[in-house]
Amino acid sequence: MVKKIRSLAELEKLRSEIIARRDPKRKIITVCASTGCSALGARKVIESLKEEVKKRGLCGQVGIKEDEVEIKETGCLGFCELGPRVIVYPGEVPYFRVKPEDVSKIVSETVVKGKIVEHLRYADPVTGEKAWKLGDIPFYKHQLRLLLKNNALINPKKIEDYIALGGYKALGKVLFQMAPEQVMREIKKSNLRGRGGGGFPTGRKWETTRNAPGEPKYVIVNCDEGDPGAFMDRSLMEGNPHSVLEGLIIGSYAIGANEGFVYVREEYPLAVENITTAIKQAEDYGLLGGNIMDSGFNFGIKVHRGAGAFVSGESSALMAAIEGKVGEPRPKYIHTAVKGLWERPSCLNNVETWANVPLIILNGADWFRDIGTKNSSGTKIFSLVGKVNNTGLVEVPMGITLRDLIFKIGGGIRDGKKFKAVQTGGPSGGFIPEKYLDLLIDFDELTKVGSMMGSGGVIVMDEDTCIVDVTRYYIDFLSKESCGKCVPCREGLRQILSILNRICSGLSEEEDFKNLEDLSELLKEASLCALGTTAANPVVTSLTHFRGEYEAHIREKRCPAKACRALVAHYIQPEKCQACMACSRSCPVDAITGDKDTVHVIDQEKCIKCGACYEECQFNAIEKISPPTPPPPRYGIKVTRKKKRE
Amino acid sequence: MVRGISLKIDGKEIKAREGMTILQAAKAKGIEIPTLCYDEQLKPYGACRLCTVEIVKGGRRRLVASCVYPAGEGLEVETNNKKVRKIRRLILELLLPLLPPPSDTVTGPIETLAEKYGVKKSRFKAEPTNCILCGHCVRYCIEVKKANAICFIGRGTERQIAFVPELAPNHCLACRECFSLCPTSKMVDSVEGIWGVCSLSIPISEKIKGKH
Ligand SMILES: Cc1cc2nc3c(=O)[nH]c(=O)nc-3n(C[C@H](O)[C@H](O)[C@H](O)COP(=O)(O)O)c2cc1C
Ligand code: SF4
Ligand code: SF4
Ligand code: FES
Repeated sequence: MVKKIRSLAELEKLRSEIIARRDPKRKIITVCASTGCSALGARKVIESLKEEVKKRGLCGQVGIKEDEVEIKETGCLGFCELGPRVIVYPGEVPYFRVKPEDVSKIVSETVVKGKIVEHLRYADPVTGEKAWKLGDIPFYKHQLRLLLKNNALINPKKIEDYIALGGYKALGKVLFQMAPEQVMREIKKSNLRGRGGGGFPTGRKWETTRNAPGEPKYVIVNCDEGDPGAFMDRSLMEGNPHSVLEGLIIGSYAIGANEGFVYVREEYPLAVENITTAIKQAEDYGLLGGNIMDSGFNFGIKVHRGAGAFVSGESSALMAAIEGKVGEPRPKYIHTAVKGLWERPSCLNNVETWANVPLIILNGADWFRDIGTKNSSGTKIFSLVGKVNNTGLVEVPMGITLRDLIFKIGGGIRDGKKFKAVQTGGPSGGFIPEKYLDLLIDFDELTKVGSMMGSGGVIVMDEDTCIVDVTRYYIDFLSKESCGKCVPCREGLRQILSILNRICSGLSEEEDFKNLEDLSELLKEASLCALGTTAANPVVTSLTHFRGEYEAHIREKRCPAKACRALVAHYIQPEKCQACMACSRSCPVDAITGDKDTVHVIDQEKCIKCGACYEECQFNAIEKISPPTPPPPRYGIKVTRKKKRE
Repeated sequence: MVRGISLKIDGKEIKAREGMTILQAAKAKGIEIPTLCYDEQLKPYGACRLCTVEIVKGGRRRLVASCVYPAGEGLEVETNNKKVRKIRRLILELLLPLLPPPSDTVTGPIETLAEKYGVKKSRFKAEPTNCILCGHCVRYCIEVKKANAICFIGRGTERQIAFVPELAPNHCLACRECFSLCPTSKMVDSVEGIWGVCSLSIPISEKIKGKH
């Protein structure tokens, strides 16, 4: 049992004690143990590291001084596709895709001698440039990791790690040196806006809840994170849960709430585990619960696990779920900040929003406003995915351009292909075409071009992506993930999906332009909640910026990206075929005929357009043709041998 | 004491009581707004959106569902302008495909409204589930009868109503009170179905448990 902290001075004393227990020369091997790296085998790497370090006698003694080498199991480090991730300190030497067999070299060279293991050293996939330190890697060089940086330095299951880095200092400052109104003013002045999607000014929301009549008041963390492919909130909850808690406690003090909820989707078991542990440890130290730090302020938190549905992240749906009701939105012409959980004033903020609060309190509102743009201060975490060379979680200052995000941090488009569009804001965000690549990333700028910040999904698409087809994918997702309560959203999405299906199958008519436009307007104007009012964004932006692609599908029955199966035929070009037979062997329905030295031919009647042959042919002899009208088949042609002439 | 409020609906000055919705305030003064999921006995639900009206507040125009939007001091409401009618026509065009193919003998409230708004035929694909998910049956059973014998299952376009197998056999055949609230013939059609649905009981009851 630890001793409860009963003043600011005691907190500082504890901090110095923790730091004093640690040998400053101590080496740290950071291994990401979050969901992403675990799926890639991080556990085995951790076990091997422990064994290796023990074998060399570098740890094992439990005394006043901690071990000479510490293996720190941390949260997400960001460059997730290259996991399992390891960083060795001092030196910040990064290793990627670490396998258990790499471990002994990493320990003997880097940990013991401070040298880099050459054959494991990071090389840029495009330029081939090698890097020594984490900060030298282009993916990291252009980021500003204020919220995520501590993920590499903290074992999320140890509150002491957080305290050692200045944790709960902001809480102490607030409780003993600031009145609630002052805290509110500071957050308002900082211009912090909600990271959960809407970008609503956080300070104003807090004030609304504070001033709303009714007791008790509640504060809530939204960790539903229903966007497919997004995991910024998970990474904070798994990697640095105390930063979220500290923000929440500060908020509760400013708002005058004594009860809080953390809503986490059930699909995030590690986030649930880490936040639950964090709550327990904070309570043990007296940083949470009754009479926090002997200041007289009381605040308790409950964790609520929700069945993760996309729509459950909407504020009124989320609150209904916490109340034990079906998690579907209700009309909220009176804001949840005024009448929320059990009809009481309730302030709901996103995980990342809460995590910003301690930083603002410690560094000041002016510091925060100096980062970013006039209307969007601070940093934003994005999950950068799709057809870029480097994917993963990135944190950048607001106001960085889309171009820098995609080309400097993301390393440009994969396989030297051409950029086509970037979709921001999750499934109901919009597509942004090349001409807006120099747009500054900021809440208002993204909205101006028909997209949105959303919670921070960034999906990059290349020339092989059919915009109509991806639009259909998002509409399909939304039509299944909406709650289905109101007519415009449920029936509107059902019909939009059916129209898009027709377009992709070549069965559409000219009227479908107007049908799509009318339905989009209906969704935007008349839906009950923000899922419905934003759901048409992919349709509207693709119709605006990529209308030609719709025209090709509708008028010419042609898919320019050659992605819509029904509109594509596979055809073997006689002058290129070398009769290697790879294609006929790969075809699952035996649609390809041909003999030795004879050009192969695809029977279009039999072909199911799976593309197996296209992938298999080494001579690029197979071509995709759209509209699907290949030249008539000619059997028995002899192959033209190209190689021999050389 | 309940405070009085004055607002303007379709150009007329109207007095209302605090706590009233736009729909109630309009109705009290004989101004008609079409509704489908509204029922005086039930809590307003705001799902069909047919009662959409345009409001002007602080100089900004916006469409809202009048059955849930609170009447407020100084509010200006237009219940039947061009924009509102366009939205209603579209909603009706989305509802018609849910009904079984039109017959000359039966016309329910949806067909009547469609005719009134000049919607002869819908442009959209038929999906004749015969249920518009207005929730009259479900809400009546929960709020008035307190029997919870019928509920929603599924979400998004898969949402549907289902009898609760453990409860429906004991309640529904004898009660049938929700049947007359149904704007389609779904309820009447499902009388025989109740037993049928109940015999498929297990998967549905599992789903329901998952929801609560
Ligand atoms: C369909 C839908 C899904 C949402 N999902 C989330 C979510 O997963 N996480 C989140 O923080 N906010 C989500 N939101 C936004 C919330 O309703 C709410 O605005 C937000 O949590 C407020 O926090 P903030 O002001 O810090 O952004 C969603 C909204 C809608 C309409
Ligand atoms: S807009 Fe969609 S998600 Fe929102 S209430 Fe209507 S049906 Fe449900
Ligand atoms: S069965 Fe009838 S009353 Fe029940 S939800 Fe469907 S349309 Fe409404
Ligand atoms: S009557 Fe208002 S939404 Fe249905």
